[in-house]
Amino acid sequence: MKPVNQKAWLLVLPVVLCVAFSAILPLMTVVNYSVQDIISPERRVFVGTEWFKAVMRDDDLQGALLRQISFSLAVLAVEIPLGIALALSMPAKGWQASAVLVLVAISLLIPWNVVGTIWQIYGRTDIGLLGAALAKLGFDYSYTGNATHAWLTVLVMDVWHWTPLVALLCYAGLRAIPDAYYQAASIDGASKLAVFRYIQLPKLRGVLMIAVLLRFMDSFMIYTEPFVLTGGGPGNATTFLSQYLTQKAVGQFDLGPAAAFSLIYFLIILLLCFILYNWMQRVGTQDKESGHG
Amino acid sequence: MARIELDLAHAYKPNPRRDEDYALLPLKMTFENGGAYALLGPSGCGKTTLLNIVSGLVRPSQGKVLFDGVDVTARTPQQRNIAQVFQFPVIYDTMTVAENLAFPLRNRGVPADRIASRVGRVAEMLELSGQLDRRAAGLAADAKQKISLGRGLVREDVSAVLFDEPLTVIDPHLKWQLRRKLKQIHHELKLTLIYVTHDQVEALTFAEQVVVMTRGRAVQIGSASDLFERPQHTFVGHFIGSPGMNFLRATVVDREIEVAGRRVAAAGAALFAVDACTLGVRPEYVTLADVGAAGAVPAVVTQAQDIGTYWLVTGRVGAVNGDDGALVRARLAPNQAIPKAGDAVWFGIVGPHTCYYRDEQRIEGAVA
Repeated sequence: MKPVNQKAWLLVLPVVLCVAFSAILPLMTVVNYSVQDIISPERRVFVGTEWFKAVMRDDDLQGALLRQISFSLAVLAVEIPLGIALALSMPAKGWQASAVLVLVAISLLIPWNVVGTIWQIYGRTDIGLLGAALAKLGFDYSYTGNATHAWLTVLVMDVWHWTPLVALLCYAGLRAIPDAYYQAASIDGASKLAVFRYIQLPKLRGVLMIAVLLRFMDSFMIYTEPFVLTGGGPGNATTFLSQYLTQKAVGQFDLGPAAAFSLIYFLIILLLCFILYNWMQRVGTQDKESGHG
Repeated sequence: MARIELDLAHAYKPNPRRDEDYALLPLKMTFENGGAYALLGPSGCGKTTLLNIVSGLVRPSQGKVLFDGVDVTARTPQQRNIAQVFQFPVIYDTMTVAENLAFPLRNRGVPADRIASRVGRVAEMLELSGQLDRRAAGLAADAKQKISLGRGLVREDVSAVLFDEPLTVIDPHLKWQLRRKLKQIHHELKLTLIYVTHDQVEALTFAEQVVVMTRGRAVQIGSASDLFERPQHTFVGHFIGSPGMNFLRATVVDREIEVAGRRVAAAGAALFAVDACTLGVRPEYVTLADVGAAGAVPAVVTQAQDIGTYWLVTGRVGAVNGDDGALVRARLAPNQAIPKAGDAVWFGIVGPHTCYYRDEQRIEGAVA
């Protein structure tokens, strides 16, 4: 018979309590809201899955979801290649390397709302460097009036804020490649492009997967910057999912639909995490598996 | 293929002043076309630096490198057309074994049918034929190193193929196989091969000419028998052989060489003007001699070990009050009476294979 030690439950208990109070209970509150129509603090009606159905049919939400997905994909499409290019062009050693590392990391240290404020001023056509310069060059630039401009400004702001993270990850990955690979490539007569394609890129796979995961999840939950910059406007142009959720929950006080939607939002992120995590695991072990065949 | 001449020195630090500042002290060396060479020496002796200078990965701080009389000092490995295999396997993870082997040829725009035949040939030589379509990343370390070797050998027009301790990661029994394979490949392809190692067995079995290096200096270049029979430098005597050469302090008195108070040989012209030298004799050439025999010295046995095919007998020679003397090791065939620890014996140390040194260099004509 296997010895059973019930003492383990006691050791796990503090963690269970912490998680219960910090995650499970709040989540259950949300679940509670999502199936009720709260008319006033005293009057509430059980409505079942009605809010979920309503939210799924909501055009605003579908628009926000579409905007969100295209924004996150655009973030990846710009930040990943740009980060790799930046990492490749950074000096490898000497004081220049330290100096460049510090310079590149600066934007990562700035809080989200400050980033929003910086760009809000930067983009103003009367006193902002970018806005004024564009206006002088004859562009009719306005992030408050033009939906495309607003969307692009939020994208550029995110690129400015977070590309350094991708660059630093790639830089660390590049420094971990042993010199012998470059020497062998030089002996084999490989061009710069071939070195990138066959040595650097494969060796960066691990850090790139982390970068993709981080940037995708992070951009999928973007809130503060567009809130500070445009407040989600003009119109709905920069209303992403969390913005939409906040408007519903705090602005209109539609607790039921907001709760139903936050559960859906939560499930979307959980699903994406699950897919990405499994994909990373599979790609990571592929080499080892093929070694046994 | 090319005849490689070196006349150079190298320091990694700027403005070297003392000998210790140099990774390679000034040296002149020639690698003949089609030869098999080994650079042998302990870690940090400069052998990898020398190899990287030949390949062009390192540019010497002084002097130049000539290939067939043409100065190639400023040229890249690619321009020199060198192939080099490194200590640890370098493979291109995303490629198959065949693509890995073809890579050096593809980069040089060799036609596809030519590539296929070369890759097939090299894979056959290295017994990789069955794995050509496998992804290289999943293979074991020795298979990966075979791929690295294969990439070094796949081009036929190379000036030389350089190996930097390529068998470090290989299992001992495979080491023998691969070493034989390399020798065979050398005979077949007639390439100039330069092989860096710290393993004397590897160097002596692989190479026709072995360059023994220590502390940034090439102290002797020669065949296995040269290095064994006539070490030009005490380091060679000490480093080659297992165990290494015995060295005994000797004085020259009245044109006679004295060891431990015994006159062992008549000094030759080269020793007339000096009063001391070092006598070197390999354990293989130390004999058990009769009491008082010519060219023999008395010793007290400190240890006798059975090493399987022979006995290794260690004796202390010249121990007098306040002087520990020196240890002499003798390799004795087991078909004779082997002395035990504590026995007093006479070791014959002078013979045709005995060498004499002064300032670590061998003296020619030391005995009459």
